[in-house]
Amino acid sequence: MPEYQENSIIDQVDRIAESFYRLTLHAPLIAATARPGQFVMAACGPFLDPLLRRPFSIHRCNGSDTLQLLIRVVGRGTELLARCRPGQGLSLVGPLGQGFNPPAPSAPVCLIGGGIGIAPLLFWAERLKEHQPCTVPLLFWAERLKEHQPCTVLLGSRTGEDLLQLSAEFSQLGCRVETATDDGSLGHHGLVTDLLAARLSEVDKVYACGPMPMMAAVARSCRDAQVACEVSLEAHMACGLGACLGCTVHGAGGLYLHVCKKGPVVNAEEVAWDR
Amino acid sequence: MGSVNHAVDLSVSLGPLSLANPVLTASGTFGYGAEFAHLVPLARLGGVVVKGISLAPRPGNPPPRIVETPCGMLNAIGLENVGAERFIADKMDFLRTCGCRVIVNILGDSIEEYASLATRLTGVAGIDGLEVNISCPNVKKGGVAFGTVPEMAAAVTQAVKAATDLPVIVKLSPNVTDIVAMARAVEAAGADAISLINTLIGMAIDARTRRPRLANVIGGLSGPAIKPIALRMVWQVASAVKIPVIGIGGIATAEDAIEFLLAGAAAIQVGTANFINPAAAGQIVDGIGEYLHQQGESSVRAIIGSLRLGA
Repeated sequence: MPEYQENSIIDQVDRIAESFYRLTLHAPLIAATARPGQFVMAACGPFLDPLLRRPFSIHRCNGSDTLQLLIRVVGRGTELLARCRPGQGLSLVGPLGQGFNPPAPSAPVCLIGGGIGIAPLLFWAERLKEHQPCTVPLLFWAERLKEHQPCTVLLGSRTGEDLLQLSAEFSQLGCRVETATDDGSLGHHGLVTDLLAARLSEVDKVYACGPMPMMAAVARSCRDAQVACEVSLEAHMACGLGACLGCTVHGAGGLYLHVCKKGPVVNAEEVAWDR
Repeated sequence: MGSVNHAVDLSVSLGPLSLANPVLTASGTFGYGAEFAHLVPLARLGGVVVKGISLAPRPGNPPPRIVETPCGMLNAIGLENVGAERFIADKMDFLRTCGCRVIVNILGDSIEEYASLATRLTGVAGIDGLEVNISCPNVKKGGVAFGTVPEMAAAVTQAVKAATDLPVIVKLSPNVTDIVAMARAVEAAGADAISLINTLIGMAIDARTRRPRLANVIGGLSGPAIKPIALRMVWQVASAVKIPVIGIGGIATAEDAIEFLLAGAAAIQVGTANFINPAAAGQIVDGIGEYLHQQGESSVRAIIGSLRLGA
Protein backbone atom coordinates (compact mmCIF):
# COMPACT_ATOMS: atom_id res chain seq x y z
CA MET A 1 0.00 0.00 0.00
CA PRO A 2 1.42 3.40 -0.88
CA GLU A 3 1.91 5.92 1.93
CA TYR A 4 2.80 9.55 1.42
CA GLN A 5 4.02 12.51 3.39
CA GLU A 6 2.08 15.19 1.53
CA ASN A 7 1.86 18.94 1.95
CA SER A 8 -1.83 19.47 1.35
CA ILE A 9 -3.42 22.85 0.73
CA ILE A 10 -6.53 23.84 2.66
CA ASP A 11 -9.35 24.65 0.24
CA GLN A 12 -12.10 25.32 2.71
CA VAL A 13 -12.90 25.30 6.43
CA ASP A 14 -16.57 24.93 7.35
CA ARG A 15 -17.97 25.03 10.84
CA ILE A 16 -20.79 22.51 10.59
CA ALA A 17 -21.73 22.52 14.28
CA GLU A 18 -20.57 24.34 17.39
CA SER A 19 -17.40 22.29 17.87
CA PHE A 20 -17.29 20.38 14.54
CA TYR A 21 -15.19 21.71 11.71
CA ARG A 22 -14.86 20.25 8.24
CA LEU A 23 -11.53 20.79 6.49
CA THR A 24 -11.47 20.36 2.73
CA LEU A 25 -7.93 19.66 1.53
CA HIS A 26 -6.23 19.46 -1.83
CA ALA A 27 -4.12 16.30 -1.36
CA PRO A 28 -3.90 14.46 -4.69
CA LEU A 29 -1.43 11.74 -3.62
CA ILE A 30 -3.45 10.62 -0.62
CA ALA A 31 -6.89 11.25 -2.13
CA ALA A 32 -6.15 9.07 -5.16
CA THR A 33 -5.45 6.00 -3.05
CA ALA A 34 -7.45 6.40 0.19
CA ARG A 35 -10.04 3.78 1.04
CA PRO A 36 -12.98 4.25 3.44
CA GLY A 37 -11.94 3.67 7.06
CA GLN A 38 -8.31 4.65 6.52
CA PHE A 39 -6.79 7.61 8.33
CA VAL A 40 -4.19 10.34 8.01
CA MET A 41 -1.77 11.84 10.53
CA ALA A 42 -2.16 15.63 10.33
CA ALA A 43 0.36 18.12 11.70
CA CYS A 44 -1.27 20.78 13.87
CA GLY A 45 0.96 23.47 12.41
CA PRO A 46 4.44 24.18 11.09
CA PHE A 47 6.16 24.23 14.50
CA LEU A 48 7.12 21.65 17.14
CA ASP A 49 4.51 22.63 19.72
CA PRO A 50 2.12 20.88 19.84
CA LEU A 51 4.64 18.22 18.92
CA LEU A 52 2.71 15.26 17.61
CA ARG A 53 0.53 14.82 14.56
CA ARG A 54 -3.10 13.96 15.23
CA PRO A 55 -4.83 10.94 13.67
CA PHE A 56 -8.01 11.69 11.71
CA SER A 57 -10.08 9.20 9.80
CA ILE A 58 -10.80 10.29 6.25
CA HIS A 59 -14.24 11.86 6.34
CA ARG A 60 -14.77 12.12 2.60
CA CYS A 61 -12.66 11.60 -0.47
CA ASN A 62 -13.39 12.24 -4.12
CA GLY A 63 -10.94 9.57 -5.25
CA SER A 64 -8.77 11.96 -7.21
CA ASP A 65 -7.47 15.10 -5.51
CA THR A 66 -9.62 16.23 -2.60
CA LEU A 67 -10.31 14.84 0.82
CA GLN A 68 -12.12 16.08 3.89
CA LEU A 69 -11.41 15.73 7.60
CA LEU A 70 -14.01 16.20 10.31
CA ILE A 71 -12.49 17.75 13.40
CA ARG A 72 -14.02 18.18 16.82
CA VAL A 73 -12.22 20.79 18.88
CA VAL A 74 -11.07 19.06 22.07
CA GLY A 75 -7.70 20.68 22.80
CA ARG A 76 -4.94 22.91 21.51
CA GLY A 77 -4.08 20.79 18.48
CA THR A 78 -7.61 20.56 17.16
CA GLU A 79 -8.19 24.23 17.94
CA LEU A 80 -5.21 25.20 15.80
CA LEU A 81 -6.56 23.03 12.98
CA ALA A 82 -10.00 24.60 13.26
CA ARG A 83 -8.40 28.04 12.93
CA CYS A 84 -6.68 27.16 9.64
CA ARG A 85 -7.60 29.33 6.67
CA PRO A 86 -7.97 28.49 2.98
CA GLY A 87 -4.66 28.65 1.16
CA GLN A 88 -2.63 27.48 4.13
CA GLY A 89 -0.61 24.28 3.90
CA LEU A 90 -1.22 21.27 6.11
CA SER A 91 1.21 18.37 6.26
CA LEU A 92 -0.41 14.93 6.11
CA VAL A 93 0.93 11.38 6.27
CA GLY A 94 -1.35 8.79 4.75
CA PRO A 95 -3.43 7.00 3.77
CA LEU A 96 -2.78 4.71 6.74
CA GLY A 97 -4.21 1.55 8.25
CA GLN A 98 -6.91 -0.94 7.33
CA GLY A 99 -10.23 0.30 5.99
CA PHE A 100 -13.74 -1.14 6.07
CA ASN A 101 -14.31 -4.48 4.34
CA PRO A 102 -17.19 -4.64 1.87
CA PRO A 103 -20.43 -6.38 2.81
CA ALA A 104 -21.94 -9.14 0.72
CA PRO A 105 -23.45 -7.72 -2.49
CA SER A 106 -26.86 -6.13 -1.92
CA ALA A 107 -26.89 -7.20 1.75
CA PRO A 108 -28.50 -4.61 4.03
CA VAL A 109 -26.00 -2.89 6.32
CA CYS A 110 -26.11 -0.57 9.30
CA LEU A 111 -23.61 2.23 9.95
CA ILE A 112 -23.62 3.48 13.53
CA GLY A 113 -21.62 6.50 14.64
CA GLY A 114 -21.25 8.41 17.88
CA GLY A 115 -19.96 12.00 17.99
CA ILE A 116 -16.76 12.53 16.05
CA GLY A 117 -16.87 8.79 15.25
CA ILE A 118 -19.36 9.66 12.52
CA ALA A 119 -16.42 11.01 10.48
CA PRO A 120 -15.36 7.88 8.53
CA LEU A 121 -18.93 6.67 8.00
CA LEU A 122 -19.79 9.34 5.44
CA PHE A 123 -16.91 8.28 3.18
CA TRP A 124 -18.04 4.66 3.60
CA ALA A 125 -21.70 5.43 2.90
CA GLU A 126 -20.76 7.38 -0.22
CA ARG A 127 -18.70 4.44 -1.44
CA LEU A 128 -21.46 1.98 -0.63
CA LYS A 129 -24.04 4.07 -2.48
CA GLU A 130 -22.02 5.28 -5.44
CA HIS A 131 -19.65 3.52 -7.73
CA GLN A 132 -16.19 4.99 -7.23
CA PRO A 133 -13.43 3.27 -9.20
CA CYS A 134 -11.15 2.91 -6.21
CA THR A 135 -11.92 -0.11 -4.07
CA VAL A 136 -10.93 -3.11 -6.08
CA PRO A 137 -13.22 -5.68 -4.39
CA LEU A 138 -16.18 -3.39 -5.09
CA LEU A 139 -15.59 -3.07 -8.80
CA PHE A 140 -17.43 -6.02 -10.24
CA TRP A 141 -20.61 -5.50 -8.34
CA ALA A 142 -20.50 -1.79 -7.71
CA GLU A 143 -23.19 -0.96 -10.25
CA ARG A 144 -25.62 -3.43 -8.78
CA LEU A 145 -24.69 -2.18 -5.33
CA LYS A 146 -25.75 1.32 -6.22
CA GLU A 147 -29.29 0.16 -6.60
CA HIS A 148 -29.51 -2.49 -3.98
CA GLN A 149 -27.27 -1.91 -0.96
CA PRO A 150 -29.80 -0.86 1.67
CA CYS A 151 -28.04 1.26 4.24
CA THR A 152 -29.38 2.34 7.61
CA VAL A 153 -27.37 5.02 9.41
CA LEU A 154 -27.70 5.57 13.16
CA LEU A 155 -26.12 8.80 14.41
CA GLY A 156 -25.67 9.88 18.00
CA SER A 157 -24.26 12.99 19.61
CA ARG A 158 -24.68 15.24 22.60
CA THR A 159 -27.08 17.63 20.93
CA GLY A 160 -29.12 17.81 17.75
CA GLU A 161 -27.19 20.73 16.33
CA ASP A 162 -24.16 18.43 15.91
CA LEU A 163 -26.16 16.15 13.63
CA LEU A 164 -28.25 18.47 11.46
CA GLN A 165 -25.91 18.76 8.50
CA LEU A 166 -24.42 15.27 8.74
CA SER A 167 -27.78 13.49 8.91
CA ALA A 168 -28.99 15.47 5.89
CA GLU A 169 -25.93 14.36 3.93
CA PHE A 170 -26.48 10.69 4.73
CA SER A 171 -30.16 11.10 3.75
CA GLN A 172 -29.19 12.63 0.41
CA LEU A 173 -27.20 9.49 -0.37
CA GLY A 174 -30.36 7.44 0.02
CA CYS A 175 -29.56 6.07 3.47
CA ARG A 176 -32.29 5.69 6.05
CA VAL A 177 -31.14 7.90 8.94
CA GLU A 178 -32.11 7.80 12.58
CA THR A 179 -30.66 10.02 15.29
CA ALA A 180 -30.22 9.96 19.04
CA THR A 181 -29.08 12.79 21.29
CA ASP A 182 -28.05 13.01 24.94
CA ASP A 183 -30.26 16.08 25.46
CA GLY A 184 -33.20 14.85 23.41
CA SER A 185 -33.08 17.84 21.07
CA LEU A 186 -33.16 15.62 17.96
CA GLY A 187 -34.48 12.11 17.48
CA HIS A 188 -34.30 9.53 20.24
CA HIS A 189 -33.54 10.94 23.71
CA GLY A 190 -30.79 8.58 24.80
CA LEU A 191 -27.97 6.50 23.42
CA VAL A 192 -27.53 5.73 19.74
CA THR A 193 -27.03 2.11 20.71
CA ASP A 194 -30.67 2.04 21.88
CA LEU A 195 -31.65 2.39 18.20
CA LEU A 196 -29.61 -0.59 17.09
CA ALA A 197 -31.74 -3.33 18.69
CA ALA A 198 -34.69 -2.66 16.40
CA ARG A 199 -32.49 -2.81 13.28
CA LEU A 200 -30.32 -5.85 14.03
CA SER A 201 -32.81 -8.35 12.66
CA GLU A 202 -32.85 -6.47 9.32
CA VAL A 203 -29.13 -6.18 8.63
CA ASP A 204 -26.29 -8.45 7.55
CA LYS A 205 -23.43 -6.36 8.83
CA VAL A 206 -22.82 -3.44 11.18
CA TYR A 207 -20.05 -0.85 10.91
CA ALA A 208 -19.45 1.19 14.06
CA CYS A 209 -17.26 4.12 15.03
CA GLY A 210 -17.46 6.13 18.22
CA PRO A 211 -16.40 6.15 21.87
CA MET A 212 -15.15 2.79 23.22
CA PRO A 213 -18.20 2.21 25.51
CA MET A 214 -20.51 2.75 22.53
CA MET A 215 -18.56 0.36 20.32
CA ALA A 216 -18.41 -2.19 23.14
CA ALA A 217 -22.22 -2.07 23.38
CA VAL A 218 -22.55 -2.41 19.60
CA ALA A 219 -20.12 -5.34 19.57
CA ARG A 220 -22.07 -7.13 22.33
CA SER A 221 -25.41 -6.62 20.57
CA CYS A 222 -24.02 -7.87 17.29
CA ARG A 223 -22.41 -10.93 18.88
CA ASP A 224 -25.68 -11.81 20.63
CA ALA A 225 -27.63 -11.41 17.39
CA GLN A 226 -24.88 -13.15 15.35
CA VAL A 227 -24.49 -10.18 13.04
CA ALA A 228 -21.05 -9.39 11.62
CA CYS A 229 -19.57 -6.20 13.03
CA GLU A 230 -16.58 -4.06 12.14
CA VAL A 231 -15.44 -1.23 14.40
CA SER A 232 -13.09 1.67 13.75
CA LEU A 233 -10.87 2.10 16.82
CA GLU A 234 -9.33 5.25 18.18
CA ALA A 235 -6.16 5.55 20.26
CA HIS A 236 -3.48 8.08 21.05
CA MET A 237 -0.66 7.52 18.60
CA ALA A 238 2.60 9.27 17.83
CA CYS A 239 3.44 8.00 14.34
CA GLY A 240 0.58 6.06 12.73
CA LEU A 241 3.21 3.89 11.05
CA GLY A 242 3.65 1.01 13.47
CA ALA A 243 6.88 2.35 14.94
CA CYS A 244 5.99 4.04 18.22
CA LEU A 245 3.84 1.12 19.47
CA GLY A 246 1.83 3.63 21.50
CA CYS A 247 -1.65 3.00 20.05
CA THR A 248 -2.38 -0.20 21.93
CA VAL A 249 -5.80 -1.73 22.56
CA HIS A 250 -6.48 -4.94 24.49
CA GLY A 251 -7.14 -7.63 21.91
CA ALA A 252 -9.08 -10.86 22.26
CA GLY A 253 -6.81 -13.70 23.35
CA GLY A 254 -4.76 -11.46 25.62
CA LEU A 255 -2.56 -9.91 22.94
CA TYR A 256 -2.30 -6.21 22.27
CA LEU A 257 -3.58 -4.73 19.01
CA HIS A 258 -1.91 -1.74 17.45
CA VAL A 259 -4.65 0.47 16.10
CA CYS A 260 -2.51 2.04 13.37
CA LYS A 261 -1.52 -1.19 11.60
CA LYS A 262 -4.03 -3.84 12.60
CA GLY A 263 -6.80 -1.20 12.47
CA PRO A 264 -8.23 1.30 12.76
CA VAL A 265 -10.97 -0.94 11.34
CA VAL A 266 -11.04 -4.40 12.92
CA ASN A 267 -13.54 -7.17 13.30
CA ALA A 268 -15.33 -6.51 16.62
CA GLU A 269 -14.45 -10.06 17.73
CA GLU A 270 -10.76 -9.14 17.75
CA VAL A 271 -11.13 -6.67 20.65
CA ALA A 272 -11.28 -7.54 24.36
CA TRP A 273 -14.20 -5.22 25.16
CA ASP A 274 -14.32 -6.05 28.85
CA ARG A 275 -10.74 -4.84 29.54
CA MET B 1 19.32 18.01 -2.75
CA GLY B 2 22.19 15.60 -3.17
CA SER B 3 24.44 17.68 -5.39
CA VAL B 4 25.72 19.75 -2.48
CA ASN B 5 26.52 16.63 -0.51
CA HIS B 6 28.81 15.28 -3.20
CA ALA B 7 31.10 18.23 -2.60
CA VAL B 8 31.69 17.31 1.03
CA ASP B 9 32.75 14.14 2.80
CA LEU B 10 30.07 13.10 5.27
CA SER B 11 31.62 9.80 6.31
CA VAL B 12 32.47 9.16 9.95
CA SER B 13 33.82 6.28 12.01
CA LEU B 14 32.45 4.89 15.23
CA GLY B 15 35.56 3.00 16.21
CA PRO B 16 35.51 -0.12 13.99
CA LEU B 17 32.18 0.89 12.39
CA SER B 18 32.29 3.27 9.42
CA LEU B 19 29.19 5.20 8.36
CA ALA B 20 28.47 6.95 5.05
CA ASN B 21 27.15 9.88 7.08
CA PRO B 22 26.62 10.64 10.75
CA VAL B 23 22.81 10.31 10.76
CA LEU B 24 21.24 7.27 12.40
CA THR B 25 17.66 6.64 13.48
CA ALA B 26 17.14 6.04 17.19
CA SER B 27 15.94 2.74 18.58
CA GLY B 28 12.21 2.58 19.22
CA THR B 29 11.38 5.41 16.84
CA PHE B 30 11.90 3.70 13.49
CA GLY B 31 10.47 0.22 14.00
CA TYR B 32 12.49 -2.39 12.13
CA GLY B 33 13.06 0.00 9.23
CA ALA B 34 10.39 -1.41 6.91
CA GLU B 35 7.72 0.74 8.58
CA PHE B 36 9.31 3.83 7.01
CA ALA B 37 10.36 2.37 3.69
CA HIS B 38 7.53 4.11 1.78
CA LEU B 39 8.45 7.48 3.22
CA VAL B 40 12.26 7.59 3.60
CA PRO B 41 15.01 6.47 1.21
CA LEU B 42 16.85 4.41 3.83
CA ALA B 43 19.96 4.15 1.66
CA ARG B 44 20.54 7.87 2.22
CA LEU B 45 20.92 7.40 5.98
CA GLY B 46 24.07 6.53 7.86
CA GLY B 47 22.21 3.70 9.52
CA VAL B 48 19.15 2.38 11.27
CA VAL B 49 19.13 1.39 14.93
CA VAL B 50 16.25 -1.05 15.23
CA LYS B 51 13.70 -1.33 18.01
CA GLY B 52 15.22 -2.95 21.11
CA ILE B 53 15.30 -6.75 21.03
CA SER B 54 15.16 -9.11 23.99
CA LEU B 55 15.82 -12.85 23.95
CA ALA B 56 12.10 -13.74 24.27
CA PRO B 57 9.23 -11.63 22.85
CA ARG B 58 7.79 -9.03 25.23
CA PRO B 59 4.15 -7.88 25.08
CA GLY B 60 4.79 -4.42 26.51
CA ASN B 61 2.74 -2.32 28.91
CA PRO B 62 -1.03 -1.82 29.03
CA PRO B 63 -2.47 1.33 27.42
CA PRO B 64 -2.33 4.28 27.56
CA ARG B 65 1.33 4.12 26.66
CA ILE B 66 2.06 7.58 25.32
CA VAL B 67 1.12 11.16 26.13
CA GLU B 68 2.11 14.43 24.57
CA THR B 69 3.82 17.00 26.80
CA PRO B 70 5.10 20.52 26.00
CA CYS B 71 7.53 20.09 23.07
CA GLY B 72 7.85 16.42 23.90
CA MET B 73 6.18 13.14 24.68
CA LEU B 74 6.25 10.54 27.42
CA ASN B 75 6.24 6.87 26.56
CA ALA B 76 5.91 3.72 28.58
CA ILE B 77 5.84 1.15 25.79
CA GLY B 78 7.39 -1.47 28.06
CA LEU B 79 9.99 -2.71 25.58
CA GLU B 80 7.43 -4.52 23.41
CA ASN B 81 9.33 -6.49 20.78
CA VAL B 82 9.17 -9.67 18.72
CA GLY B 83 12.13 -11.36 20.40
CA ALA B 84 15.47 -12.37 18.88
CA GLU B 85 14.33 -15.39 16.88
CA ARG B 86 11.44 -13.68 15.10
CA PHE B 87 13.58 -10.60 14.58
CA ILE B 88 16.18 -12.67 12.77
CA ALA B 89 13.61 -14.70 10.83
CA ASP B 90 11.10 -11.96 9.91
CA LYS B 91 12.85 -8.59 10.02
CA MET B 92 16.40 -9.13 8.79
CA ASP B 93 15.51 -9.91 5.16
CA PHE B 94 14.32 -6.35 4.65
CA LEU B 95 17.15 -4.83 6.67
CA ARG B 96 19.79 -6.66 4.59
CA THR B 97 18.50 -4.82 1.51
CA CYS B 98 17.96 -1.37 3.01
CA GLY B 99 21.29 0.01 1.85
CA CYS B 100 22.51 1.44 5.13
CA ARG B 101 24.17 0.22 8.32
CA VAL B 102 22.01 -1.88 10.61
CA ILE B 103 22.59 -1.62 14.34
CA VAL B 104 20.56 -3.86 16.63
CA ASN B 105 19.57 -2.48 20.03
CA ILE B 106 19.60 -5.21 22.69
CA LEU B 107 18.10 -5.32 26.16
CA GLY B 108 17.77 -7.81 28.97
CA ASP B 109 17.04 -8.21 32.63
CA SER B 110 20.23 -10.07 33.48
CA ILE B 111 23.84 -9.90 32.37
CA GLU B 112 23.45 -13.43 31.02
CA GLU B 113 20.54 -12.34 28.78
CA TYR B 114 22.61 -9.53 27.26
CA ALA B 115 25.46 -11.97 26.61
CA SER B 116 23.16 -14.60 25.09
CA LEU B 117 21.63 -12.00 22.79
CA ALA B 118 25.03 -10.80 21.66
CA THR B 119 26.07 -14.39 20.95
CA ARG B 120 22.86 -15.12 19.02
CA LEU B 121 23.07 -11.99 16.86
CA THR B 122 26.76 -12.36 16.06
CA GLY B 123 27.23 -13.87 12.64
CA VAL B 124 23.71 -13.01 11.46
CA ALA B 125 24.30 -11.54 8.01
CA GLY B 126 23.43 -7.88 7.70
CA ILE B 127 23.99 -6.83 11.31
CA ASP B 128 26.74 -4.22 11.49
CA GLY B 129 26.77 -3.48 15.22
CA LEU B 130 25.03 -3.78 18.56
CA GLU B 131 23.72 -0.99 20.75
CA VAL B 132 23.29 -2.03 24.37
CA ASN B 133 20.30 -0.51 26.16
CA ILE B 134 21.37 -0.43 29.81
CA SER B 135 18.34 1.53 31.03
CA CYS B 136 16.56 -1.73 31.89
CA PRO B 137 16.13 -2.93 35.46
CA ASN B 138 18.45 -5.70 36.67
CA VAL B 139 16.01 -8.28 37.98
CA LYS B 140 18.68 -10.10 40.00
CA LYS B 141 19.70 -6.88 41.73
CA GLY B 142 16.25 -5.82 42.87
CA GLY B 143 15.36 -3.99 39.68
CA VAL B 144 18.02 -1.30 39.86
CA ALA B 145 18.69 -0.16 36.31
CA PHE B 146 22.02 -1.39 34.91
CA GLY B 147 22.59 2.09 33.61
CA THR B 148 22.52 3.81 37.00
CA VAL B 149 25.40 1.94 38.66
CA PRO B 150 28.81 2.23 36.95
CA GLU B 151 29.93 -1.26 38.05
CA MET B 152 26.79 -2.89 36.63
CA ALA B 153 27.04 -0.95 33.37
CA ALA B 154 30.66 -2.04 33.08
CA ALA B 155 29.74 -5.67 33.75
CA VAL B 156 27.10 -5.67 30.97
CA THR B 157 29.53 -4.02 28.59
CA GLN B 158 32.23 -6.57 29.36
CA ALA B 159 29.85 -9.50 28.94
CA VAL B 160 28.60 -8.27 25.58
CA LYS B 161 32.11 -7.53 24.33
CA ALA B 162 33.21 -11.02 25.34
CA ALA B 163 30.28 -12.55 23.44
CA THR B 164 30.64 -10.77 20.12
CA ASP B 165 33.12 -9.41 17.62
CA LEU B 166 30.57 -6.84 16.37
CA PRO B 167 31.16 -3.19 17.27
CA VAL B 168 29.46 -2.51 20.61
CA ILE B 169 27.81 0.82 21.37
CA VAL B 170 26.57 1.34 24.93
CA LYS B 171 23.52 3.63 25.25
CA LEU B 172 23.57 5.63 28.47
CA SER B 173 20.63 6.62 30.62
CA PRO B 174 20.49 10.30 31.63
CA ASN B 175 18.75 9.40 34.88
CA VAL B 176 21.99 9.45 36.87
CA THR B 177 23.83 11.95 39.02
CA ASP B 178 27.16 11.64 37.18
CA ILE B 179 26.92 10.85 33.48
CA VAL B 180 30.71 11.11 33.06
CA ALA B 181 31.29 8.36 35.63
CA MET B 182 28.96 6.09 33.66
CA ALA B 183 30.72 6.90 30.41
CA ARG B 184 34.17 6.24 31.85
CA ALA B 185 33.00 2.93 33.31
CA VAL B 186 31.73 1.57 29.99
CA GLU B 187 34.77 2.91 28.15
CA ALA B 188 37.07 1.09 30.56
CA ALA B 189 34.96 -2.06 30.11
CA GLY B 190 35.69 -2.06 26.39
CA ALA B 191 32.78 -0.26 24.69
CA ASP B 192 33.61 0.76 21.11
CA ALA B 193 31.33 3.79 21.30
CA ILE B 194 28.83 5.47 23.59
CA SER B 195 25.39 6.77 22.62
CA LEU B 196 23.41 9.19 24.77
CA ILE B 197 20.88 10.14 25.95
CA ASN B 198 18.07 7.66 26.46
CA THR B 199 14.77 9.19 27.68
CA LEU B 200 14.46 11.15 30.93
CA ILE B 201 11.98 9.66 33.38
CA GLY B 202 8.90 11.85 33.69
CA MET B 203 5.22 11.86 34.57
CA ALA B 204 1.96 13.49 33.56
CA ILE B 205 -1.32 13.72 35.47
CA ASP B 206 -4.86 14.40 34.31
CA ALA B 207 -6.10 16.89 36.91
CA ARG B 208 -9.74 16.35 36.00
CA THR B 209 -9.73 12.60 36.62
CA ARG B 210 -6.86 12.75 39.17
CA ARG B 211 -5.26 9.86 37.29
CA PRO B 212 -1.80 9.46 35.76
CA ARG B 213 -1.92 9.83 32.00
CA LEU B 214 0.17 6.67 31.50
CA ALA B 215 -1.02 3.28 32.75
CA ASN B 216 2.58 2.73 33.89
CA VAL B 217 2.36 6.07 35.83
CA ILE B 218 5.89 7.10 34.80
CA GLY B 219 7.50 7.06 31.39
CA GLY B 220 10.41 8.28 29.29
CA LEU B 221 10.43 11.88 28.09
CA SER B 222 11.71 12.52 24.56
CA GLY B 223 11.50 15.18 21.89
CA PRO B 224 12.78 18.77 21.57
CA ALA B 225 12.05 19.37 25.27
CA ILE B 226 15.11 17.29 26.27
CA LYS B 227 17.59 18.66 23.74
CA PRO B 228 19.44 21.09 26.04
CA ILE B 229 20.01 18.35 28.62
CA ALA B 230 21.17 15.91 25.95
CA LEU B 231 23.53 18.46 24.46
CA ARG B 232 25.06 19.22 27.87
CA MET B 233 25.58 15.52 28.62
CA VAL B 234 27.06 14.79 25.19
CA TRP B 235 29.49 17.68 25.61
CA GLN B 236 30.54 16.49 29.08
CA VAL B 237 30.99 12.88 27.97
CA ALA B 238 32.74 13.69 24.70
CA SER B 239 35.16 15.85 26.67
CA ALA B 240 35.91 12.99 29.06
CA VAL B 241 36.27 9.84 26.94
CA LYS B 242 38.41 8.83 23.96
CA ILE B 243 35.88 6.55 22.24
CA PRO B 244 33.33 8.04 19.79
CA VAL B 245 30.10 9.50 21.16
CA ILE B 246 26.73 9.40 19.42
CA GLY B 247 24.41 12.29 20.33
CA ILE B 248 20.71 11.63 20.87
CA GLY B 249 17.96 13.78 22.31
CA GLY B 250 15.43 16.04 20.64
CA ILE B 251 17.16 16.27 17.27
CA ALA B 252 14.58 17.39 14.71
CA THR B 253 16.57 19.51 12.24
CA ALA B 254 20.02 19.67 10.66
CA GLU B 255 20.85 22.59 12.93
CA ASP B 256 20.05 20.48 15.99
CA ALA B 257 22.29 17.71 14.66
CA ILE B 258 25.14 20.14 13.96
CA GLU B 259 24.97 21.44 17.54
CA PHE B 260 25.63 17.88 18.77
CA LEU B 261 28.50 17.43 16.33
CA LEU B 262 30.05 20.70 17.52
CA ALA B 263 29.67 19.49 21.11
CA GLY B 264 31.77 16.45 20.26
CA ALA B 265 29.39 13.80 18.90
CA ALA B 266 30.85 11.79 16.02
CA ALA B 267 27.33 10.84 14.89
CA ILE B 268 23.76 11.53 15.93
CA GLN B 269 20.47 9.68 16.16
CA VAL B 270 17.10 11.10 15.14
CA GLY B 271 14.36 9.80 17.42
CA THR B 272 10.97 11.28 18.18
CA ALA B 273 11.26 13.54 15.12
CA ASN B 274 10.73 10.45 12.92
CA PHE B 275 7.17 10.26 14.26
CA ILE B 276 6.39 13.85 13.38
CA ASN B 277 8.34 14.16 10.17
CA PRO B 278 9.20 10.77 8.64
CA ALA B 279 11.48 12.60 6.19
CA ALA B 280 13.49 14.21 9.02
CA ALA B 281 16.54 11.92 8.99
CA GLY B 282 17.05 12.33 5.23
CA GLN B 283 16.58 16.09 5.45
CA ILE B 284 19.17 16.23 8.24
CA VAL B 285 21.74 14.43 6.03
CA ASP B 286 21.18 17.05 3.32
CA GLY B 287 21.20 19.91 5.81
CA ILE B 288 24.54 18.89 7.31
CA GLY B 289 26.01 18.82 3.81
CA GLU B 290 24.69 22.31 3.08
CA TYR B 291 26.05 23.64 6.37
CA LEU B 292 29.51 22.24 5.67
CA HIS B 293 29.45 23.80 2.22
CA GLN B 294 28.45 27.17 3.66
CA GLN B 295 31.15 26.93 6.34
CA GLY B 296 33.77 26.06 3.74
CA GLU B 297 34.49 22.68 5.29
CA SER B 298 35.24 19.67 3.10
CA SER B 299 34.57 17.00 5.73
CA VAL B 300 32.06 16.59 8.53
CA ARG B 301 34.91 15.29 10.67
CA ALA B 302 36.35 18.80 10.74
CA ILE B 303 33.47 20.13 12.80
CA ILE B 304 33.19 17.31 15.33
CA GLY B 305 34.06 18.76 18.73
CA SER B 306 34.92 22.14 17.20
CA LEU B 307 32.85 24.10 19.71
CA ARG B 308 34.48 27.46 20.35
CA LEU B 309 34.96 28.22 24.03
CA GLY B 310 36.31 31.34 25.70
CA ALA B 311 36.79 34.75 24.14
